[in-house]
Amino acid sequence: MISLRNVDKWYGQFHTLKKCSVDVSRGEVLVICGPSGSGKSTLVKCVNGLESFQAGEIIVDGVSVGALGTDMPKLRARIGMVFQSFELYPHMSVLDNICLAQEKVLNRSRGDAEERARGLLERVGLAEHEKKLPSQLSGGQQQRVAIARALAMDPIAMLFDEPTSALDPEMINEVLEVMVQLAQDGMTMMVVTHEMGFARKVADRVIFMDQGEIVEDADKDAFFTAPSSDRAKTFLSRILAHI
Amino acid sequence: MEYNWDWSILVQEPYLWWLITGTGWTLAVSAAAWCIAVVLGTLIGIARTLPNRFVAGIATAYTELFRNVPLLVQLFLWYFVAPEILPAPMGHWIKRDLPLPEFATAVVGLGLYTAARVSIQVRAGIQSLRRGLAMAGYAQGMTVAQVYRHILLPVAFRVVIPPFTTEFLTVFKNSSLALTIGVLELTAQSGQISEYSFHSFEAFTAATAIYILITMTVAAAMSLVERRLPAVA
Amino acid sequence: MMSDLQLILQSLPFLLEGLGLSLLLTLLVAVGGILMALVLALLRLSGNRALSTLAATYVNFFRSMPLILVIFWFFFLVPLVIGRPVGSFYSALIAFTLFEAAHYTEIIRAGILSVSRGQGWAAAATGLTYGQSLRYVILPQAFRNMTPLLLTQGIILFQDTSLVFVVSLSDFLTSVTIVARNEGRLVSMYIFAAVVYFAICFVASRFVHQFEKKAVR
Repeated sequence: MISLRNVDKWYGQFHTLKKCSVDVSRGEVLVICGPSGSGKSTLVKCVNGLESFQAGEIIVDGVSVGALGTDMPKLRARIGMVFQSFELYPHMSVLDNICLAQEKVLNRSRGDAEERARGLLERVGLAEHEKKLPSQLSGGQQQRVAIARALAMDPIAMLFDEPTSALDPEMINEVLEVMVQLAQDGMTMMVVTHEMGFARKVADRVIFMDQGEIVEDADKDAFFTAPSSDRAKTFLSRILAHI
Repeated sequence: MEYNWDWSILVQEPYLWWLITGTGWTLAVSAAAWCIAVVLGTLIGIARTLPNRFVAGIATAYTELFRNVPLLVQLFLWYFVAPEILPAPMGHWIKRDLPLPEFATAVVGLGLYTAARVSIQVRAGIQSLRRGLAMAGYAQGMTVAQVYRHILLPVAFRVVIPPFTTEFLTVFKNSSLALTIGVLELTAQSGQISEYSFHSFEAFTAATAIYILITMTVAAAMSLVERRLPAVA
Repeated sequence: MMSDLQLILQSLPFLLEGLGLSLLLTLLVAVGGILMALVLALLRLSGNRALSTLAATYVNFFRSMPLILVIFWFFFLVPLVIGRPVGSFYSALIAFTLFEAAHYTEIIRAGILSVSRGQGWAAAATGLTYGQSLRYVILPQAFRNMTPLLLTQGIILFQDTSLVFVVSLSDFLTSVTIVARNEGRLVSMYIFAAVVYFAICFVASRFVHQFEKKAVR
């Protein structure tokens, strides 16, 4: 469903993505890990065209990302995205946050949008907060609203860019639980995260990135038990040492 | 220091009337120029943040051009030069048929100059928002116009309201430059009273008091408005 | 008839003299205004309520006045106080300095406040007096932070010096106007004035911008 072929990206002189190729099939959960600055976040932002790339090709559900003639807003509307720092619209209530793009992009009626929003708020456990402003919620609650906002567009796939990195430790689980549920319901997901517990539980495959390269691309079990590259081994030993 | 005080001249005719009409012209020039500045400055400020390089470049050129030439020189350009170098029919119209030519020129000159200052504030307001906020909108399939209309502008609006007030006060003070092209606004009138009556002290004190009074009133009114705006985290 | 260029070339010594006066006025006012503003800013932050209110009142007073009115005031007041006529240059110098000091004060105050309070505590903890911590710790950092703003204000000041036109002091704009009126060439002379002002201010603002970028790093 999502296919990256030899994607290259430079920021000026800096080669952020080097010939990255990876495939995600329908219903698959792909976890992307690696040290900071390795290009993980840039990679997922390329998938819905929030970042441009200079060479290679990305195909999402048969549509070429960033190609001339591709209706990017239409494509993006079909891919949900959750950001590290939530990016809720600060001037709108929780309910309006979830309704805005449904009305403006999908042209749903206000009534339909609200109904969908309420259903999703129920699902992420925030039904009683719909009138509040984002600033009145905790970080974990804000991120759950952001997930609901993305799901409201009925996406064919979801991108997560370090969804728990900005959260206090005690709030991480409430967000991960929502994501686990989503994975078990069969959503296609690309997840940049350091939460190896999450990866073990629901990932189908894990890729490891370092310095803009995809160094390792393996089944979850193979990745955790026998990573083939030294860089991935070192990374894993560091990150798993405390578990 | 010899000085012959007489505060009563301020309430004598014609001086009282001069002060009143002076204040009126000052307010009229300021208000009209401020409206031009806010509308045009907002458009230019937004244009400077657009992803389209060509549009952003033109908007930036406007800002640089208008803020690097002294306002007084700009007023002279509009008043003495523009009617001569504009296409003949327009030039003739300005010279013959433009109603209140000094007033109109002052308003346009002051408005276009202040628009450059406003555009800087608007651009800064939009850029002060986290980049991710716009990204979240694009990620949901919104167009550039929708992202600006529903997300960036409503949030930035709250950030730029205080600078808009400050800009009104700036226009208000700068409107005194209109006297150089013959608008008999407050400063000009105080100068006239000083010349005619030789009571410079009283005349300038009156003008000073009026400027300060209006400034304080506007500042107080605007802080009231600002307090009513919902805060953004 | 002379071409515009010939006219400008022929009047160049006169025009340059005017430009020199504009620049001299800018320089003197900037130096005097900043020194005065430093004192005002320190009074403002002194913690002494009376002094702080006094400084605040001064700043607010001059910030709500049009510069032209201030120029008018001092054009009238200075000879009156001194008791004999002095050239309009001195009246303008005093008016601009007092006026600009109010604007510089806000910049300097913000600059001092931009230095974190921890710096003051750290300085005090090592036994420095208030004066010493200002002199060696706070002010050097504050001035580094506010230099771009002070320079930008200097460019605005340079533009503002054109307002001495209202008291016929022969700065650049007044000189241009004299030539323009004598020769009946308002159009070309005012365009020339705009180009010169733009060139100076634009180059200066690019310079400030570069400086700002370097300072951030």
